[in-house]
Amino acid sequence: MILVWLIAIPLGAGVAAWALDRGRGDVSRWVALAGITVDLAIAASLWTASGTPPVTGPAGPWMVELDVPWIDQFGIRFHLGLDGLSLLLILLTGLLGVMAVACSWTEIRDRVGLLHFHLLWVLSGIIGVFLALDLFLFYFFWEMMLVPMYFIIGMWGHERRIYAAVKFFVFTQISGLLMLVAIVALAVAHGRATGTYTFDYSQLVGTVLVPDTAWWLMLGFFVAFAVKLPVVPVHTWLPDAHTEAPTAGSVVLAGLLLKTGAYGLLRFVLPLFPGAAQQFAPIAMALGVVGVLYGAVLAFGQTDLKRLVAYTSVSHMGFVLIGVFAGTPLALTGAVLQVLCHGLSTGALFILVGSLQERTHTRDLGRLGGLWPAVPRMGGMTLFFALASLGLPGLGNFIAEFLVLLGTYPVSPAATAAAAIGLILSTVYALRLVQAAFYGPPQELAPVRDLGVRELAITTTLIVALVWLGLYPQSFVETAAPAVSRLTAMRQGMLR
Amino acid sequence: MTGPALAALAPLVVIGIVVIALLLVISIRRGHGLTAVLTMAGIAVAFAALFHPGLRRPVSSEALLVFDDSARLYTGLILAGAAAVVLLSFGYFGREGARPDGARRGPREEYQPEEYYVLLLLASFGSIVLVAAVHFSSIFLGLEILSVSLYGLIAYPRDVPSAIEAGIKYLVLAAVSAAFLLFGMALVYAETGTLTLAGMTAVPGNVSDRVVWLVGVGLIVTGFGFKLALVPFHLWTPDVYQGAPAPVTAFVATVSKGAMLALLVRVFARVDVAAQEGLFVSFAVLAVASMAAGNLLALLQDNVKRMLAYSSIAHLGYLLVAFLASGGLAATAVAFYLVAYFVAMIGAFGVVAVLSGGEREAEHLDDYRGLFARRPWLAGLFTGMLLSLAGIPLTAGFVGKFFVTVAAGSAALWALLIVMMVTSGVGLFYYLRVVVAMFMQPAAVEAPEEGALPVPLTATLTLAMLAAVLLGLGVFPGPLLAVIDAAVARG
Repeated sequence: MILVWLIAIPLGAGVAAWALDRGRGDVSRWVALAGITVDLAIAASLWTASGTPPVTGPAGPWMVELDVPWIDQFGIRFHLGLDGLSLLLILLTGLLGVMAVACSWTEIRDRVGLLHFHLLWVLSGIIGVFLALDLFLFYFFWEMMLVPMYFIIGMWGHERRIYAAVKFFVFTQISGLLMLVAIVALAVAHGRATGTYTFDYSQLVGTVLVPDTAWWLMLGFFVAFAVKLPVVPVHTWLPDAHTEAPTAGSVVLAGLLLKTGAYGLLRFVLPLFPGAAQQFAPIAMALGVVGVLYGAVLAFGQTDLKRLVAYTSVSHMGFVLIGVFAGTPLALTGAVLQVLCHGLSTGALFILVGSLQERTHTRDLGRLGGLWPAVPRMGGMTLFFALASLGLPGLGNFIAEFLVLLGTYPVSPAATAAAAIGLILSTVYALRLVQAAFYGPPQELAPVRDLGVRELAITTTLIVALVWLGLYPQSFVETAAPAVSRLTAMRQGMLR
Repeated sequence: MTGPALAALAPLVVIGIVVIALLLVISIRRGHGLTAVLTMAGIAVAFAALFHPGLRRPVSSEALLVFDDSARLYTGLILAGAAAVVLLSFGYFGREGARPDGARRGPREEYQPEEYYVLLLLASFGSIVLVAAVHFSSIFLGLEILSVSLYGLIAYPRDVPSAIEAGIKYLVLAAVSAAFLLFGMALVYAETGTLTLAGMTAVPGNVSDRVVWLVGVGLIVTGFGFKLALVPFHLWTPDVYQGAPAPVTAFVATVSKGAMLALLVRVFARVDVAAQEGLFVSFAVLAVASMAAGNLLALLQDNVKRMLAYSSIAHLGYLLVAFLASGGLAATAVAFYLVAYFVAMIGAFGVVAVLSGGEREAEHLDDYRGLFARRPWLAGLFTGMLLSLAGIPLTAGFVGKFFVTVAAGSAALWALLIVMMVTSGVGLFYYLRVVVAMFMQPAAVEAPEEGALPVPLTATLTLAMLAAVLLGLGVFPGPLLAVIDAAVARG
């Protein structure tokens, strides 16, 4: 039941935030904050409870499970399950959800209740994606994330918000429909082979498919996740959506929505189609390398601060793709950590850029510069997260990218070497970000306020999390370990 | 005619009696409210009659009509759709309106809407005959009853030129399609020597040798294609949808098309469409053309009614995909999708009807700009209907699309499925255009006659109920699915 609460609390809080919106909307903010904090607390309590002994419950790999019939005629069940991988991602969702509510406290002044309604419904959909163990249910949540996000971008976004919102919606929807076809095809193939029609993950995992069929179905799933991740060349919605969204939207997009793509690869593509995924790995890794380098180069070329941060996501998520398809335990662990660290560091960067824009009303690097003397706290924080993003040892991102490279080397030295160049390029764009905004001759801008208590609290929390991930990643690695070892065991079985 | 046979026809009998009663009442005392209440009562009784124990087993009446379970299912759907249209029409015709020139004019009641309800009931009568027909003559009778009533309904606002134009266009179209249908029936009769559906489909041996039969069936399909507005027989659709009063458009888009589709399923129930290559390919071509042309042309529309017209063309294409899948799963998918389509389409046109003040229809995209700021509930509801048409989760449309996918998937119609997915992805653009206009753009000019347009209570109730059904089916489709499964499996 606790899993249902995880999904239902944001839904209810969202409705309440909207219904209680009177005038300035402070009530909505508090309600939304309370709702998502409760979710975070539940996730955290599950996490502490999961410590020892093992992270697996009595019924298979799931720590907590819920399975009730939903649409019997089509073999669809309301099946939720939590393992270490989903738990980590739900923790991230809760944390970034709190941050997203907090960071829009002063930025959003218009239709506050409605924004929080949409925000909490997106978060609920994301949590649902991380929990669903029925493919129909998964697709249901997958699409449910989409509509509120579309409204967040389109109603509270910046100048070209409508273009960005529609592009986001259409990209994800079309790729999602291809996945739907693949889901149905998989269920039909399973039904033909066994006589029972079901969409249940645990039953479909063992489906034996003709290699050709498996290949096409795997591609159907991969396309949907690749658009979300994003993988070059289907990444073009990302810079637009991230740039035009309001800060809370950017945080959720970069910090969480992209992660659903990574989660989908780990939870569905690898286990459902181990053979085809193995076959596809070289291509996927090549795409990952292209993403790492291309994203980094483009990030360097941007003059719009938010766009710059958006392109760094393309680069960082390339590492995730490489790690997932390299398939060694180290690489998979690295990919999981990268998902967490990138969520935190990029979320923080978007929050900082957002607060900068709120104060200066521009994101144009040409018009910014020399801000450090005026806003030393903001400058320092930005420097910290830029360093995290470029992979400074001691912070989580370093551990994650290092593990990915280390784990990929035995599989493909070439990909490792090429991706390592990305680390150098990330230094270039990260330093440019800080330099162009905070150093150099001061521009003529209205006096700018430095970070307030609320913003310092946000950034400090994220710093603590990143340092924790950087200095003692073991606590997270252990949680993810059972899921990772299952994936590797499966791969070993395929290789033999 | 025996007692049980008469009981089997109970819904038709009730509607027929109400029509006559209405005509008598109107001749004694005109009254918009009275007529509407009687109409609703008649529909309610007819609906209740569906559950009459006499209908529990399929009874065929004089070999013209069979009220089996699937006919009862579709009759129920038709009656429910008609009831929603009646409620919307009551608000639409009963409303005070201001002329564009500023002078106050009387309500739309000057059209004397009492006979409107008679026509509406007759059209429903024709539709019910269609879904229960098992004989060429009853098919033709039902079709004509439906079409003739629709001429009147479409052109009901008789001083509005566009409505008259739409009525005449529909007249021409219906005449042409009836001609095709009749000629096709004649050819099939020449070949098989019988007018029953069972006889028509009992074709021995290799069909490709029987050219006359094939041509006959082809002509029948063409006649159906006109009525269902499948591409390339769709040219009348946008004009008629635009010109007709919004509630009538809702009726044409749902009840009339739904009845034709149910008939199509019945006609080809005994023909193994998948095995007849010629038939299969021609239906597949119609489906692909409808999906592609409907969605692409809808992109070009600035007129919401025209846009919905093209959208309905595309939806019929999706339904054909499910139809082509054939088998039990396909029948279930068709019925469920049809229900979802009914709810969303009637809801969408209902919103248009509610917003249409005076003698102008709120049909241009500009009418919807900034609607969310003015009328958040209505805008939210319209968004729900559009998202259901687009097949987004939490709505009935999503579940319907999923079932169609499953049905087509288990029949291995992968090419059709991919076309369906890609074109419905394109379709998103135009649904989103309306949503964008409502939520994200300021009102075009000063909103005219806003204060003068309260939403009629009946329309509010209808729309609220449609929205509830839309969400209910989107989250808990199980109960309806059980009903449909039982009906089409036994039927």
